[in-house]
Amino acid sequence: MQAQTLLLSTALPEILVSVMACAILLLDLYLPRESRAKVGYGLSVLTLLAATVIALGGLGSGSTLGFNGLVVRDDVSGVLKAGVLLGTAAVLVYSRSYAVARRIWRGEFFVLALLGVVGMMVMISAAHLISLYVGLELLALCLYAMIALQRDSVKAAEAAMKYFILGALASGILLYGMSLLYGLTGSLSLRGLQEAAINLSLDNLPLLVALVLVVAGLLFKLGAVPFHMWVPDVYEGSATCTTLYLSAAPKLAGFAIVLRLLAVGLDDWLAAWQDMLVVSAILSVVIGNTVAIAQTNIKRMLAYSTISHMGFLLLGFLAGSTAGYSASMLYAVIYTVVSLAAFGIVLALCTPALEIEQLNDLKGLNRRQPWLAFLMLLVMFTLAGVPPTVGFYAKFAVLQAALSAGFISLVIVAVIFAVIGAFYYLRVVKIMYFDEPGDAPPVVAFTGDVGATAVLSVNALVLVLSMPWIGALIDLLSRAVAALPSH
Amino acid sequence: MSWLDQHLLSIIIWFPVIGGVLVLATGRDANAAVARRLALGFSLGTLVLSLPLYSRFDNATAHMQFVERADWITAFNVDYFLGIDGISMPLILLTALLTVVVVIAGWEVIRERVAQYLAAFLIMEGLMIGVFCALDAILFYLFWEAMLIPMFLIIGIWGGSNRVYAAIKFFLYTLVGSLLMLVALIYLYFAAGESFSILDFHNAPLGATAQTLIFLAFFAAFAVKVPMVPVHTWLPDAHVEAPTGGSVILAAITLKMGAYGFLRMSIPIAPDAARDLAWLVIGLSLTAVVYIALVALVQRDMKKLIAYSSISHMGFVTLGFFIFESRGMEGALVQMISHGFISGALFLCVGVLYDRLHSREIASYGGVVNSMPVFATLLVFFALANAGLPGTSGFVGEFLVILGSFSVNPWYAAVAALTLIVGAAYTLWMIKRVVFGAVANDSVRDLVDINRRELLVLGVLAVCVLGLGVWPLPVLEVMHVTVDNLLAHATVSKL
Repeated sequence: MQAQTLLLSTALPEILVSVMACAILLLDLYLPRESRAKVGYGLSVLTLLAATVIALGGLGSGSTLGFNGLVVRDDVSGVLKAGVLLGTAAVLVYSRSYAVARRIWRGEFFVLALLGVVGMMVMISAAHLISLYVGLELLALCLYAMIALQRDSVKAAEAAMKYFILGALASGILLYGMSLLYGLTGSLSLRGLQEAAINLSLDNLPLLVALVLVVAGLLFKLGAVPFHMWVPDVYEGSATCTTLYLSAAPKLAGFAIVLRLLAVGLDDWLAAWQDMLVVSAILSVVIGNTVAIAQTNIKRMLAYSTISHMGFLLLGFLAGSTAGYSASMLYAVIYTVVSLAAFGIVLALCTPALEIEQLNDLKGLNRRQPWLAFLMLLVMFTLAGVPPTVGFYAKFAVLQAALSAGFISLVIVAVIFAVIGAFYYLRVVKIMYFDEPGDAPPVVAFTGDVGATAVLSVNALVLVLSMPWIGALIDLLSRAVAALPSH
Repeated sequence: MSWLDQHLLSIIIWFPVIGGVLVLATGRDANAAVARRLALGFSLGTLVLSLPLYSRFDNATAHMQFVERADWITAFNVDYFLGIDGISMPLILLTALLTVVVVIAGWEVIRERVAQYLAAFLIMEGLMIGVFCALDAILFYLFWEAMLIPMFLIIGIWGGSNRVYAAIKFFLYTLVGSLLMLVALIYLYFAAGESFSILDFHNAPLGATAQTLIFLAFFAAFAVKVPMVPVHTWLPDAHVEAPTGGSVILAAITLKMGAYGFLRMSIPIAPDAARDLAWLVIGLSLTAVVYIALVALVQRDMKKLIAYSSISHMGFVTLGFFIFESRGMEGALVQMISHGFISGALFLCVGVLYDRLHSREIASYGGVVNSMPVFATLLVFFALANAGLPGTSGFVGEFLVILGSFSVNPWYAAVAALTLIVGAAYTLWMIKRVVFGAVANDSVRDLVDINRRELLVLGVLAVCVLGLGVWPLPVLEVMHVTVDNLLAHATVSKL
């Protein structure tokens, strides 16, 4: 296991995407102006697809450490990397017509998106605190820059600033926690932490401080209460295509570092971090769902919805069992797919002149664009967790894991707030289906591009049609999680 | 076991769902004629396909029949597990029949978003049959909840003026109950040795406290659907605002699901709690029978009146279940089928009037018999059946339930029998004001009698009501063994 060798093959997708990001950056300087965006777009999507194939190709080949123990290639990383890569490819496809009209469809956008993907993949395969932190910062820096890319927007600049300051603070907190852990255990590798844990009991105060700092940093990155304040502002302030990017794949990477750090590195101290996650999970579900009701802006509503979903994700995680971790992983994967579809549909409704921001902009959508309205209906019922959509299986798996760990009252509170949450998802359906278009609605005939809509349709239909194969997906995730090193 | 026997249930679940998707694909209202024919074809097809369930059904066994089982989510031992017994089979036939009725009833009435309307009903049909067939708890839950989506849209899109409120109220009420049920199902999974099979749940050992909690969680889900007092308030709102077809399906089938849930889940899974808490259910049922009937008496809106009458009649059903007596339970089951026909027919009758005058107020009518004699005959017939006239299906169920409860406790029978008076009062009073008397106004005088389509729909239901009333044996003998087996199971304590 502790092979102290380089083994480049463990990081092939990362290497491919980094090289291509550099290549696109250079090409952007030499190509004629009119073909830059086209070439950059084509190359980026191809790179992401090729890297997906490589990531999936590594599935089932066991766990291999590379780069002298900095990264690990296992089934968890294979699945999550494939999710991140495919998700980001979808983001680029959905964003095209929107971003072109807003003049952010430039070389920098692709380069930042690809480097962000590299950061996420490093996070996903981190086997060492240093690689974990480097991946996290690489992603964060790309996100700050992507938000700020819309130079003429005051809101975007504000969002970028806010995100940067709070993000830097959270990174600092996480890093401080990590340094304390290093001081206590003398190890930076996750396996090393796991082995050193036997000698340290929980009545050690510095250890508790370290755990609190690490968990706080992680919760910030996930956007769970009480470290959620940045989420709605950043979602609202960013250009919608950037919101799409940062709402989808980074959640998978965020889940991955929580899994690597807490479930592998710190699993001996389950009793300590479990309590913190209980508080955060319940607050996220409660606050996310109640505050979302008051929102009139689609992006803010979805931001609060995200917060509540992160609460549900933590609910599975805090069970502290293989079943719980795989339930959370299923939740993260399904959440990513829904989130892509949700913001993808909002993007498809935007026209060059028109920004879809308010819920009321969707009034009577069923009369004007029945197909997109239907896809949005699927998305809303998925977010509400109503069967037969996959949202149900995600909630079901998480609740089952939490119940098996004995958190009955927690589960009942979560369930009650899920009903409250259902209200604002239903309201969106109501606005699209029951309300008359009226005179205010700006959405006119379909203007988006056909290719993007086709991908979007597949994306949304998967939410229902994947029903017969959901068992196979759960099996795959359970096997991947079960293969993680544990005591 | 032929191939057909093994897959028949799957076929009648998914055939209408596929039909619904195809109907949806016909798109805009320009293709409405195609959508209508397609929907009629698929609903008739489902009815024909479901007939072998009756002809090939074995009355002599209480075991599940037409069983189909396959692995689905192996990580949680969730199976695709279907099967029917004497309780669920008649309800499936009822669902298949009423969907045809609803498709024909909306033929020229629904003019907006026709494809979406018909598709919603076809998909609902598949999901409702799925609820009656599912023997895996998660599959059951899946169909149970999925049904909310089309019903939500039916009420919200094609309903009346207060439809949005009614739709959201309907959805949230049901969702609260359902999610509590989900928690109970997950608990049972561990109690039954990591299995989601409902049949394994029946034999799962459970302590007294666990049984009580599980019973209450199920009660929350099923009582809302039945609906029982005091969680019945969504029903009048939903009914009044739903289009005619929606009301028919809601009254005739959706309400039956709650009752079915009691028989499939609550009573066999938590028999001790069911017997200990029977006083609660019986008390609420008798309250519904008497109090809601009085509420029905003062309604000015015909649909509201029938909605309250439904709640009152469903009180009979839950009363019949929880006296734990075989005549009572069989009577309750007959009452379920009979109420499906009668309430469906009454809502269709109101629909016929509403389509002509666009009013559901009793006060807008009067002397309808002068302009619509054929219709008036049918309406009076269904009203009498609703009041429990001997010779109609309404009598059989109520009589058996009263007979059963008399042997358990004469006071139950005495209170329940009050409905024969109050029920007759509110129904006949409505008939008197709507059908008879002097012609109320010009628009009533100009009413046109029902056309062949409406006559066909109401006539089929009238034949069913009369048939079941005169000769209930074919239905009773199907359910007899299953009911005896269920009662035998329910009397054995799990403690």
